Amino acid sequence: MSTPSVEPVPLPAKRRLAQLAMLAFAVVITLGAYANVGLAIDGKIPSGMLTYGLSLGGFMLAAYLVLAKFAPWADPLILPLVTLINGLGLVMIYRLEEVDAFGASANQQLLYTAIGVVLFAVTLVVLRDHRALQRLTYTAGAVGLVLLVSPLLPLIGEDINGARIWIKVPGGQLQPAEFAKLALLVFFAGYLVAKRDVLALAGRRLLFIDLPRARDLGPILITWGLSLGVLILQKDLGSSLLIFGTFIAMLYIATQRTSWVLIGVLLFVGGAVLAGLIFDHVQARWEVYLNPADPELFVKTGGSEQLMQGLFAMSEGGVLGTGFGQGHPERIPLAISDFIFPAIGEELGLTGLMALLMVYALLVERGLRTSIAARDPFTKLLAGGLSFLLAWQVFIIVGGVTNLIPLTGLVTPFMSQGGSALLANWILIALLVRMSDAARRPAPQAIQDEGMTQVFQR
Amino acid sequence: MSELTLLLIRLAFLAVLWFFVIAAVGVIRTDLFGSRTAAAAPARKAPKPAKPAAKSKKGEPRQMVVTGGPLQGTTITLSETPITIGRANDATLVVSDDYASSRHARLFPQDGQWIVEDLGSTNGTYLDRSKVTRPTPVPLGVPIRIGKTVIELRK
Repeated sequence: MSTPSVEPVPLPAKRRLAQLAMLAFAVVITLGAYANVGLAIDGKIPSGMLTYGLSLGGFMLAAYLVLAKFAPWADPLILPLVTLINGLGLVMIYRLEEVDAFGASANQQLLYTAIGVVLFAVTLVVLRDHRALQRLTYTAGAVGLVLLVSPLLPLIGEDINGARIWIKVPGGQLQPAEFAKLALLVFFAGYLVAKRDVLALAGRRLLFIDLPRARDLGPILITWGLSLGVLILQKDLGSSLLIFGTFIAMLYIATQRTSWVLIGVLLFVGGAVLAGLIFDHVQARWEVYLNPADPELFVKTGGSEQLMQGLFAMSEGGVLGTGFGQGHPERIPLAISDFIFPAIGEELGLTGLMALLMVYALLVERGLRTSIAARDPFTKLLAGGLSFLLAWQVFIIVGGVTNLIPLTGLVTPFMSQGGSALLANWILIALLVRMSDAARRPAPQAIQDEGMTQVFQR
Repeated sequence: MSELTLLLIRLAFLAVLWFFVIAAVGVIRTDLFGSRTAAAAPARKAPKPAKPAAKSKKGEPRQMVVTGGPLQGTTITLSETPITIGRANDATLVVSDDYASSRHARLFPQDGQWIVEDLGSTNGTYLDRSKVTRPTPVPLGVPIRIGKTVIELRK
């Protein structure tokens, strides 16, 4: 046995400085955008800029310090990227509030951001080893289900804008589905780690594809039923698609079997056609998707006006945009939540939107990279699943507002005004940071020489 | 505020936004090629603790690559520390494999060579085709099979 060296073994760089610099950069960009809005609308720098900058910078510095202390090896880019997206969302909401768009409140969103950062910090501090979540596989599944059905319960549930996805909490409402997603994802990861061998290996080959056995279809059918239930009972198309798609992706990651994706797509198409035939609200969305420019649909309640206003806004923006504060994003109904993407598109143009999508893509890439570098299967699946969830969510909403796919109500992660989604996404980021810390941390070091017996630090 | 100023601000903002993206990619670039700097560091430090006789730096493996099984693609940079492989959570490489034991095998450096040692596993550790019964030196690029996982040492 060679003597373990007394001095620490050279380690891969932590890149703290790069992280801090990128974080400062993100905050500066946000402040620049904020100033830009003020200059364009009132001709002067907004009076609240100092408070605003100090608070946003302060939150992010706090998040950075917690990260540096409790997850020092974490990926240096995750936090700055999220900061930029969150900051741009805040500026857009501020800008919409300036012109009295319905429901826009930058202060409220800033408050939610603060709570989000607190939850981020709490998750990092409490959850020292994310593999503890693996022990909670079935608990997480149960929690996810309860959260998912809680809006349907008579006393606490609430119906807003035709979707029954809210519960009443002191001081407002909460969308429990946002948190349910995380719990369900933990369940999927834990479950698939335990069962993936049977799902990956059993079965037989038919023509060119490996088909699983009929009795192994249980999990996929149950998830399918669950997402159909969400669709039917809560009229929440977005969450339904999100949960099912993420499950299929994780099943594919776990088993490397294309047949699962095929089965998933077939089930989804079947479910969608069925839902379209039976339910009016699904059918209405489909009609709007096919003919958004139809004048009759445009004036109808729940018709294509929102979608068309979004498309008008983006075409108004063109390649370079109208500039912050110089467009009319307030004309888009719900520009603060579901339609914040076209609102940004109008003011920043295609160039800005592409930059924004790049930032999302980089964030997802960091998550998938974490998944590749992870040393145990649970982490691999959970990190892959969380990254896919983020990417899938961006795809569904951006595809929806650009009329690439039928529009389903989902928030743009980190940008849209809305507490629940923002808080849940900050927890998601904390989980990713925790996992990337574990994945990038160098292999455990022997802490003392005890001859043939080695004591390992975890 | 004049039109021109606003136009300039708008263009500058977009440029800065893209500069952020490029800076982020720059950080990632070092991450992608980071293994080179990380691996170069131990090589520089190696002469200090090692005995002068065993200094064949050229032939020393620098990383362990998983080439088969569920963890395929994982790499671990080799340092001076032994590496344990098994299903136990405290192993360096945690494999979830019904054919692997909790503490299945160990790899450790000795006089510039890496040695594989089976830790009394149920299904055994195989170096190339032969079962590992006592600590055996591992040449570069020879597969070590542990359950369904195959690992290899590389430069």
